[in-house]
Amino acid sequence: MIMLVMVAIVTMVTLGSSSARADTTPGPVGTAATTCASDATTGCLQGTIKLPNGDPAVGIKLEIKGGDLDTTIATGDDGKWSQAITVAGPYTITVDTSSIPDGAVLDSATKNPATVTGALNKNVGYVFKVVGGTTAADGTTTQTPGTDTGTGITFDRFLQQFASGIRLGLLLALAAVGLSLIFGTTGLSNFAHGEQVTLGGLLAYLFANVLGLNLILAAVISVVICAATGYFQDALIWKPLRRRGLGTTQLMIVTIGLSIALQYSYQYFLGASTVRIDRANPVTVDLGPITLSAQSLISMGIAVIVIALVGWVLVKTRVGRATRAVSDNPALAAASGIDVDRIIRLVWTSATALAGLSGVLLGLVLNGVNWQTGLQLLLLMFAAITLGGLGTAFGALAGAMIIGLVVELTNLVLPGDFKYATALLILILVLLVRPQGIFGRRERIG
Amino acid sequence: MSSDMIAPGADDDTTRAGTTTLSHGMTAAGAAAKASVAGVAAVPGVSKPDPILTVDHVIRRFGGMTAVDVGHLEVQRGIITALIGPNGAGKTTFFNLITGFDKPSSAPRLIGGPKAGEAAKSTFNGRDVGNTGATKVAKMGMVRTFQLTKALSKLTVIENMRLGAKDQPGENLFVSVLKPLWVKRELEITAKAEELLARFKLLDKKDDMAGSLSGGQKKLLEMARALMSDPVMIMLDEPMAGVNPALTQSLLGHIQSLRDEGMTVLFVEHDMNMVRHISDWVVVMAEGKVVAEGPASTVMNDPAVIDAYLGAHHNTDLGDDSLLTDEVAEELAAEVQNEALTEGETKA
Amino acid sequence: MDQLLQTLNAILNSAISPQTAALAIAAIGLNIHFGYTGLLNLGQAGFMLIGAYGFAISIIGGLPIILAIIIALVAALIFALILGIPTLKLRGDYLAIVTLSAAEIVRMIGRSSILTDITGGSNGLTGNQYRSPFTSLSFFGDGHITVGPWSYDATGSNGWWFIATAWFVVGVLCLFVWAIMRSPWGRVLRGIREDEDAVRSLGKNVYSYKMQALILGGVIGAVAGIVYILPASLQADSMGRSMTYFIFTALLLGGAATVFGPVLGAIVFFAIRLFVQGIAGQFIPSSIMNGQQTEQFAWIIIGITLMLVVIFRPQGILGNKKELSFDVK
Ligand SMILES: Nc1ncnc2c1ncn2[C@@H]1O[C@H](COP(=O)(O)OP(=O)(O)OP(=O)(O)O)[C@@H](O)[C@H]1O
Ligand SMILES: [Mg+2]
Repeated sequence: MIMLVMVAIVTMVTLGSSSARADTTPGPVGTAATTCASDATTGCLQGTIKLPNGDPAVGIKLEIKGGDLDTTIATGDDGKWSQAITVAGPYTITVDTSSIPDGAVLDSATKNPATVTGALNKNVGYVFKVVGGTTAADGTTTQTPGTDTGTGITFDRFLQQFASGIRLGLLLALAAVGLSLIFGTTGLSNFAHGEQVTLGGLLAYLFANVLGLNLILAAVISVVICAATGYFQDALIWKPLRRRGLGTTQLMIVTIGLSIALQYSYQYFLGASTVRIDRANPVTVDLGPITLSAQSLISMGIAVIVIALVGWVLVKTRVGRATRAVSDNPALAAASGIDVDRIIRLVWTSATALAGLSGVLLGLVLNGVNWQTGLQLLLLMFAAITLGGLGTAFGALAGAMIIGLVVELTNLVLPGDFKYATALLILILVLLVRPQGIFGRRERIG
Repeated sequence: MSSDMIAPGADDDTTRAGTTTLSHGMTAAGAAAKASVAGVAAVPGVSKPDPILTVDHVIRRFGGMTAVDVGHLEVQRGIITALIGPNGAGKTTFFNLITGFDKPSSAPRLIGGPKAGEAAKSTFNGRDVGNTGATKVAKMGMVRTFQLTKALSKLTVIENMRLGAKDQPGENLFVSVLKPLWVKRELEITAKAEELLARFKLLDKKDDMAGSLSGGQKKLLEMARALMSDPVMIMLDEPMAGVNPALTQSLLGHIQSLRDEGMTVLFVEHDMNMVRHISDWVVVMAEGKVVAEGPASTVMNDPAVIDAYLGAHHNTDLGDDSLLTDEVAEELAAEVQNEALTEGETKA
Repeated sequence: MDQLLQTLNAILNSAISPQTAALAIAAIGLNIHFGYTGLLNLGQAGFMLIGAYGFAISIIGGLPIILAIIIALVAALIFALILGIPTLKLRGDYLAIVTLSAAEIVRMIGRSSILTDITGGSNGLTGNQYRSPFTSLSFFGDGHITVGPWSYDATGSNGWWFIATAWFVVGVLCLFVWAIMRSPWGRVLRGIREDEDAVRSLGKNVYSYKMQALILGGVIGAVAGIVYILPASLQADSMGRSMTYFIFTALLLGGAATVFGPVLGAIVFFAIRLFVQGIAGQFIPSSIMNGQQTEQFAWIIIGITLMLVVIFRPQGILGNKKELSFDVK
């Protein structure tokens, strides 16, 4: 048990110690002049601020406090700001909101003041997101709803959000299928599944960005390592605990503990900032009114193929049928000669691999990962498998697509803060009307 | 004696009663109970002079399989009725349906339910219980036990018993804060619980956790707990499974005395000896349907019943003890197994 | 040595701080849910947040403090009803998912920019916006009081007035829980925890009892929310999912289904955190582990502690294994 945590921590040590470069600036890297270069004795805090229309925001004032610093700087013509530091530790960065041009405000989801952890020999970035909106005389701001992609519900916007919804749904499904399989075969609600997603993204960052490996190679290695964590998790923690006869509630709380430990391990080694897997500038592709990055399209393609593959394995192969038999009735499955432990091991391995893949793709699609990427996704995953019902992988898939669409389409009418809220609200409403979710064993049929 | 009226097995019954280890315990009240259903014809779904429970069109399907399909059934007040039938006949499911733990598939619905007149309907003690939840049903006086015992394992035996009592004001949150408001009733309840525990040979276990009891003791505890609320009708699902014969005998006596005090008893049992010696009326279920009912002796000679239990090729009185040898039991088990297997295959 | 003393001092201070009391109160509420009734409420932080907002917004709106408290508690009651009605008839896992989700919704709405005028958005509300009516109730005077190793202002925020009221509330609630849990009402709850169907078959309205427990524990959670924000500020993100997990950790550490378990657990919880942080800060050079990392390291240890407690001592420090609130073979 402790071994696993050790494994996780060791992995993270490697990860942390080699994270030489943590560039989070969403803008083009390397094209603009940086006024700060990190070395053994200095570190950099930096970022780029853009106006809602994509132009650089010039002359935004930032107050930076921490270490031995207390200074105010402003963004340059390219919208970039940077500050050299000589002391590692937390820094508080406050945007002077009055320096933001009229018609724009700081996004409410952006922390202001923000705290970032500066480190020597490292560039630490922070993104202040500026969106359309107005500032009243008393300083309170009103954000124009849905400013990310324009205002008002037009059909084009609908299509755009719909496409994003499909994208989120597919990536969510990748992760949720695993969660659902684990629940089905072991009865365990794995609250640490989100951290498995995060792990995938962070590993890809490590291999692709830090070690500079080819992106595809990095993704493959990450997924393999994630699969290994599943294998060893089951071998070192879950199987012994099943042997000990821990109840499902107890096991669930164990996963909560694991989730806490992993989240803070990620923060320990990588800090709280967002890191990018791919340093290149995203290339966008226009499909009629829909604009998606090339990476999004490829990710969606990969997700579709992998999900289809999982479905095929479950339906057509011996192993798949055995898995479903175990989900249905473990005792009966064992009695009919299925090696339940082996199936569960396989489920853990593939579930974490899928979660890892989901994390890699999410990191690419969302332009970055941080310690809570998976955490935020966990609730959506639970919502998806509960919605989908039946406790089958296919229910999870359907549920994930619905949740993905709901989350993204919410953006059409409500500000970004609410997008998760609506998904969860829908879950609650569905439970009221049709309570056969994954957690209720379905009626035995035939 | 009422059984005189039914020709064949009747003599058998009286003769064996003397030799069996089970006491027949025929009191005046017992005779009255038998007499109350004396004139009733032994046909499935027959109406009784004073039914306490009436059910109509109760159907329960699980997926494609119909577990219970009872057109009409009445249970006579104040007598002991046995519900028998082979494994999987739907007895437990039927119990669940009438006690509100499960809902018939044929329950009336706002939209798309069954046709009027074919919707499930059940009345208990003159009141409609078709759409009543388990709690209400129990409060109305129909209390049940479970085939798979539900002792509350992390409560002590005496706490289990106290939980069965009704009218404890301390079960209200606002009253519960002040002990003086409920302590008097608690003492009464405890006295009654101890009396019952003594009867069920559990008194010296009263401070043990219920989880530490043996399987048979848990059955006893559950039955005693059900009796704490002085039910009008008690429904026992295989109450004597796993209870030792000596104790069985004394408990049967107890059940009969409950009946004599006016309680209605409906119980499921596989032990035919017990059925024939304590029940006043027997209802037989097979494959979800009521296939026969009547006094024990009649029913056990009913070809339909023998069919249901043993398959068409057997032709014996079910009450015959010789039947219950290991060999026959194994044979039966094998048959049931085969059937289940073929059924499973055809469905898969 | 100095560092060690400092750590010890920090632990002593945290042991009596109103924040610890708030965690203890939240855990007392959760104990009614999870420990005694077996309800898996993963949204206790949501109840805290509801209580905190209800209280702070009412005070800012100019209501008297008593009314503000009542509004906070009623808000939690309504929240419990909303959560309970769809889920308490279903299997326990549904409650877990719904409470978890609902708490997140509350947090997201609370920090939303649309409501900035009322809730302060993601920046939240500062303590001095709502604290003064409470401070003015103090009869402790203005001085500085030293008791044993503890020395604080009499009335200022984080002073004795805040500490005393917080722990007074803890004491009253412990007494209350003790009284109701030895009663027949508590017996029904424990029965439900073991097997709802059995209790139902005995004519108890299980749904109603579960609802009562959910409401009671939730309202106590709201009290915790008020106690939590009084000496500090109200920020939605400080009462998120992690908070719920910490409450669970504290409860299980101390011992679920015991009267004092939640209180002891809360104290031990903070003590472990500060101890680990202090030790790590002192003995591990900052080139390996910097200040922020020691804090994160402490949380990692907390996560691992939760795992180990649940596996090896599920009854916690004070509990009795025979009366455990969840099934252990
Ligand atoms: N929840 C359920 N889901 C699916 N099928 C069920 C369910 N409950 C019961 N059944 C089926 O309904 C049939 C009747 O079951 P039931 O438990 O009522 O039998 P029984 O007469 O009590 O048998 P026994 O004498 O063995 O206790 C069985 O075939 C069983 O498999
Ligand atoms: Mg049965």
